[in-house]
Amino acid sequence: MAEKQRYGLLIDYEYCTGCFTCQVACQQEYGWPAGMGGIRVNEIVQNLPKGKAYLTYFPFPTELCILCKPRVKKGLEPACVKHCMAECMTYGPIEKLAEKMAEKPRMVLWAPK
Amino acid sequence: MSSETEIVRTTTWSAGPGCHGGCGILAHVRDNKLVKIEGNPDHPWNRGRLCARVLAMTQYTHHPDRLRHPLKRVGARGEGKWEPISWEEAFDLIEMRMKAIRDEYGPESMLFNSGTGRDIYPWICMLAYAYGSPNVMFGLSGSACYGPRLAAVNTVQGDFAVFDAAQWFPDRYDDPRWRRPECMIIWGYNIHATCPDNLFGHWIIDLMKKGTKIITVDPRLSWFASRSKYHLALRPGTDAALAMGFLNVIIQEKLYDRKFAETWTNARHLIRTDTGCLLTEAELVDGGDSANYVVWDAASGRPVVWDSAAADYRGEAPESPMFSGTCDLELVQGEKVTCRTVWDTFCAEVEQYPPERVEEISGVSAEVVAEAARYYAKSGPAAIHWGVAVDMTPALTPLVQALSCLWALTGNLDVPGGNVIARLAFDVAPYALPGSDGAIRLKSGEQDKPRIGRDRYLPLDKFYWRCSTDLSLDQIFSEDPYPIKGMWIQTAGIMQGLGMDPKKWRSALEKLDFVVAVDLFHTPTTQYADVVLPATTFLEKDSFRSWWVPLQTINKAMNVEECLPDMEINFELARRFDPDFRFETLHDLYDDILKPSGLTFSELQQKDWAYPPEGSSSCPYLRHEKGLLRPDKKPGFRTPTGRFELYSTLREQWGLEPVPHHEEPPFTPVSRPDLAKDYPLILSTGRRSPAFFHSEHRNIPWLRDIDPDPVVEIHPNTAAEHGIGNGEWMWVENWMGRARFKAKLTPVVPQWMIMAAHGWWQPEKEAAEPSLFGMWKSNINQLLPMGHQGKDGVGSPIKHSMCRIYKAGPEEV
Repeated sequence: MAEKQRYGLLIDYEYCTGCFTCQVACQQEYGWPAGMGGIRVNEIVQNLPKGKAYLTYFPFPTELCILCKPRVKKGLEPACVKHCMAECMTYGPIEKLAEKMAEKPRMVLWAPK
Repeated sequence: MSSETEIVRTTTWSAGPGCHGGCGILAHVRDNKLVKIEGNPDHPWNRGRLCARVLAMTQYTHHPDRLRHPLKRVGARGEGKWEPISWEEAFDLIEMRMKAIRDEYGPESMLFNSGTGRDIYPWICMLAYAYGSPNVMFGLSGSACYGPRLAAVNTVQGDFAVFDAAQWFPDRYDDPRWRRPECMIIWGYNIHATCPDNLFGHWIIDLMKKGTKIITVDPRLSWFASRSKYHLALRPGTDAALAMGFLNVIIQEKLYDRKFAETWTNARHLIRTDTGCLLTEAELVDGGDSANYVVWDAASGRPVVWDSAAADYRGEAPESPMFSGTCDLELVQGEKVTCRTVWDTFCAEVEQYPPERVEEISGVSAEVVAEAARYYAKSGPAAIHWGVAVDMTPALTPLVQALSCLWALTGNLDVPGGNVIARLAFDVAPYALPGSDGAIRLKSGEQDKPRIGRDRYLPLDKFYWRCSTDLSLDQIFSEDPYPIKGMWIQTAGIMQGLGMDPKKWRSALEKLDFVVAVDLFHTPTTQYADVVLPATTFLEKDSFRSWWVPLQTINKAMNVEECLPDMEINFELARRFDPDFRFETLHDLYDDILKPSGLTFSELQQKDWAYPPEGSSSCPYLRHEKGLLRPDKKPGFRTPTGRFELYSTLREQWGLEPVPHHEEPPFTPVSRPDLAKDYPLILSTGRRSPAFFHSEHRNIPWLRDIDPDPVVEIHPNTAAEHGIGNGEWMWVENWMGRARFKAKLTPVVPQWMIMAAHGWWQPEKEAAEPSLFGMWKSNINQLLPMGHQGKDGVGSPIKHSMCRIYKAGPEEV
């Protein structure tokens, strides 16, 4: 019996600017109250040697992420992916995303529940 | 009964996301209610992308606190007591009160105040001018946002210029005319957080993905700085020294575009060594014109006149015009003078800024200054883009001159991928901005005469048709030369956002006879009004945008109870104030303004957007070569000499320094070592939040969730020295006052500086005084002064002051 195709989100955190579009796009789509939603953006300041630092933002799909099944059925992209201003999020089959991930550093592949 | 969802294509601008607008959206509306907003994937500007503030619009349009009816104050100012009135009552009351002021004191006794980059400038000008007042005021001290940059660039270049993300073309990056910038300098700009200055911030991220390398000039480690080839973390307020250092390296190492300097600048014009001023034709020959200048022909050993009006030499062009060197001439009176060229004068100033001196002033290592300057100059094409940090210093004009000289002398002006001249689409000018007169204008020069600051600040007179904010505030108290009796404040926050020293603004508002505030929510500012009118978001109005390109309409998708669009409010009152007001409907007015485009408002609505074609003055590139910039269609720039002015003829006439240079701002450890003893930390303000546009959006739950508290960014080592932990409340204090913030410990700020968020008030708190929505606790502007505008009336020390910090006591939390 064929395994059901699994989908995920590939996030290029080199280019995530912390605009919080994904977070609010999801809240708008599903009417989540403030503080709740399918994706949350985190700021991570990496301390580096010689007093240097690197500022990173990192969108994290939560337990509430359903990979926008209703949108995808209509042929639309997930709300977060569609509106992402840095165009740093890709939705697709996990195998395809993994191939893409091999091409560039500073990426993370999420497979929400 | 539920109807179908209607999808309305429209364009963002101001109220709603609050920003400078431009994004194409699809508004999903059902039963006159906004159910969702999606980005319009076909729109060339944003290509479907949107920010958090637009995506939160459903929480904005139908917010329970939205003002839905006109209100009349019934208690004392600041007491927060209101009574709803009808629009007819509101219009009648305003007409009566404002006409009484006009009759008794003259129309100039009313100030008209607007916020930054708002969509309502044409309409506030329409109202002010119909009433008869020239006093349209942008409420920041020194008008220190964008307008001053525009005026300063216009002074030397005749037109504004911005980085090139192919925004001029409908097919954007695929257009064959466009080239990717090899390098971009991001100067004091966190553009992607709020998309200021009519640009989509993430265009720069598009460019980075295509390979553009970034140089960031910012004391903070911004997102861009983290990803930059060079990060120049300068001391705030030393930007001009750094820019001069770049010029120094570029000229010393001959990395400049000599041909551009010779052909398109006034480098060859002569300056008298005795007076230090430009030599004019009037000094050289009898009956000569003092607006014409002189070039030395080394081949013939004779002077040749530069005819400024013609933007060309008079008669034959000199065979060998002197670029550098001296010459001796005999003047009309027989007097003998030695002259040198503008180029030599400019270089003599630039020589004052070797990288080692720049390091002493700015704190950026000499080596990095030199390397970054070389990298920029050798990258072709390269662009510079700057943020409001450039305006928020009193000597902004010399700084802007230095930066403009950088893009000009490196051959990056109006070339693909460089700094491209940005003009109003099809030259559709709704109202007067630098470089255009506008369709909406004062009836006569006479009406403009009492404009506050016009006679004292000549750049304001020529390029920036606003009154001086600082002098206006003073005049409310002094009543000299005439009294100010009323203020019309429209979608602007003089108390919580724009106004430095808000206690002084409060006293000013208290002194006025009549104050109207037009807004979407109650704010600290509305508490000082006598009448408050409910305005609308961009979704509830028909309007248009011609701010650069494309030309596009804003289309009404819905309405919210009795709220009225700003322009409809102002249109009704303009008709009441001006018996000669020529328009019957707003659409008539729009059609009139849009005439240069050849389209009516409804035709433009059908098209959605229109891009100016090749050969139009609002379509790049190299328009100075093609004769597309000047009204006379001659090649050159729209400056007094027709050339990019390395030495500004206007600044010389105005008695201001004609060449770029650095001036130490008024409140720094260098200029005020006495204050530094008590206030050892540099206070910088105004870092952008993607959740808010200035003082807006604190009441939108999804957005407040992103940025819940007024924060101060403080380096962990500095915090430790003061015993302040992450997330603890602390006070920021200086000689003017104090404000309370939550400490955010982060290494993105240097140890010697703190960064305080601006525009903070808490809509959830008590409106009435003494709380005033919690503003008196968290508004950082209480530590920043009015009245320290630049010598030319623009620019103000907002990004750099001094302070001390301490932990808040448990009872103060």
